[in-house]
Amino acid sequence: MARDAAKRVVASPVLELRGVSKRYGRALVLDKIDLSLAEHEVVCLIGASGSGKSTLLRCADLLEPIDTGSITLEGRTVRADDRDADATRRQLGIVFQGFSLFPHLTALENVALAPRVALGLTAAAAERRARALLKQLGLAAKANAYPDSLSGGQQQRVAIARALATEPKVLLLDDPVLVAEVLEALRALAKGGATMLIATHEMAFAADVADRICYLEGGRIIEQGSPEKIFKAPRDQRTRAFLQRVRSVGAGALR
Amino acid sequence: MTAARSARRGTLVAVISTLAVATVVALSIGASPSWPLVQKAFFDGTYFSTSLPDVIGAFAINIQLFVLAEILILPLGLLIALARSITSPALAPLRIFATIYTDFFRGVPSILVIYVLGFGVPALRLPGVPKEPFFWALVTLVLIYSAYVSEVYRAGIESIHPSQERAARALGLTRLQALRYVVLPQALRRVVPPLLNDFIGLQKDTALVSILGVVEAFKQAQILKSANFNFTPLMTTALIFLVITIPMTRLVDRLAAKDRAAQQGGAR
Repeated sequence: MARDAAKRVVASPVLELRGVSKRYGRALVLDKIDLSLAEHEVVCLIGASGSGKSTLLRCADLLEPIDTGSITLEGRTVRADDRDADATRRQLGIVFQGFSLFPHLTALENVALAPRVALGLTAAAAERRARALLKQLGLAAKANAYPDSLSGGQQQRVAIARALATEPKVLLLDDPVLVAEVLEALRALAKGGATMLIATHEMAFAADVADRICYLEGGRIIEQGSPEKIFKAPRDQRTRAFLQRVRSVGAGALR
Repeated sequence: MTAARSARRGTLVAVISTLAVATVVALSIGASPSWPLVQKAFFDGTYFSTSLPDVIGAFAINIQLFVLAEILILPLGLLIALARSITSPALAPLRIFATIYTDFFRGVPSILVIYVLGFGVPALRLPGVPKEPFFWALVTLVLIYSAYVSEVYRAGIESIHPSQERAARALGLTRLQALRYVVLPQALRRVVPPLLNDFIGLQKDTALVSILGVVEAFKQAQILKSANFNFTPLMTTALIFLVITIPMTRLVDRLAAKDRAAQQGGAR
């Protein structure tokens, strides 16, 4: 992961959502979402609970079929019901809110599973890769521990290592819990040039790490722009109202 | 310290009260005027010792039956459970067949299936179809208990939270790989106690195949009973079954308790 520390944001989108809509029954959860991620770009999704952030991530990861619109990965249109959707998912990594680690596997086995089974690496090569990732995330000593015996922050870092194990083109994170080590790890990833789409409630984190902020409300992207623009001079009345609420009650209350 | 002492006192009280009750029960049964008759018909020491070698010898057939049946049931039950959890529309016939299969064999008396397959099928005299009662006894037990065991497997698979499969799929594993590496290993661990429970039932039901003329422990006891007109050989058989099933029941209890403790410990 020793990529160029200097960050270059290139114009060609890696992941692009165009007019993506998604319904659960009668509820419209995503409403014509247009969003593109350039290589090395870090985009943060902000908005209240139920604004559609998690659904957007799951749809972008092809875990849920979309009703209308299209998703392209490096210019190729991809769909959740494609024959090669599994191959596409290998190129995307996601860290879930609850982490969803595999409780019957050690930290090392959690991380090595996808390289071995999905990518077809030998067991030894998969283990080497997993060890390197755990080391990178400061978990070398916990390789043989089971998830139950790890702290929440450690579990989350195992989940990040697991998501990175297939060397995804984009890393998706659903509301990471920003304890110090996780924050550090995500900053290092961003600095190293990883392309990330992060749903978060932590405005300070978003301002710190993001190249671009998207404010979601009612399944729509209301406004997007650089952190300075969104946090210092939001144009839309709804963005202003949301940020005001966040500042007055504190981010924790909006979870 | 106090906890350990009160636990010791609890055990002592339990032992004393159990002994007292057992003595009262034994004395009142022994004092009953019909007890000598009952003892002679069911618990005769001589008949017990003479029947023991014969019954144990015949019990080898029961052991063969349930060991072979269990070896076959474990994979077969899993296949049926997997067939029932298929969602693909193209494979719907497989799912429907598996559902009918489990409904049928769980809903019909075992002895009826044994009778029909054990007497009916060999009577057709089809070329190449075995006639040995042992074979048909085995087939019947496998058919019936695979249905029960498949339901145990299915409950285990369904008890694994869908987020686990989703996490596996998100990593790019196929549905089959997610099942093989993530869902099944967790599910199988959970189904061990109920699975052993079904196997206890299976071990007892090996006695049912005696109606086909297979001389297993129960049939052997019946033969000895008729020869001497004494029921003691049947008690001998009961004892041998208990020697096998009681330790297994205790094992199931212990595994279930361990599983509960692990789940509570693992809860966040």
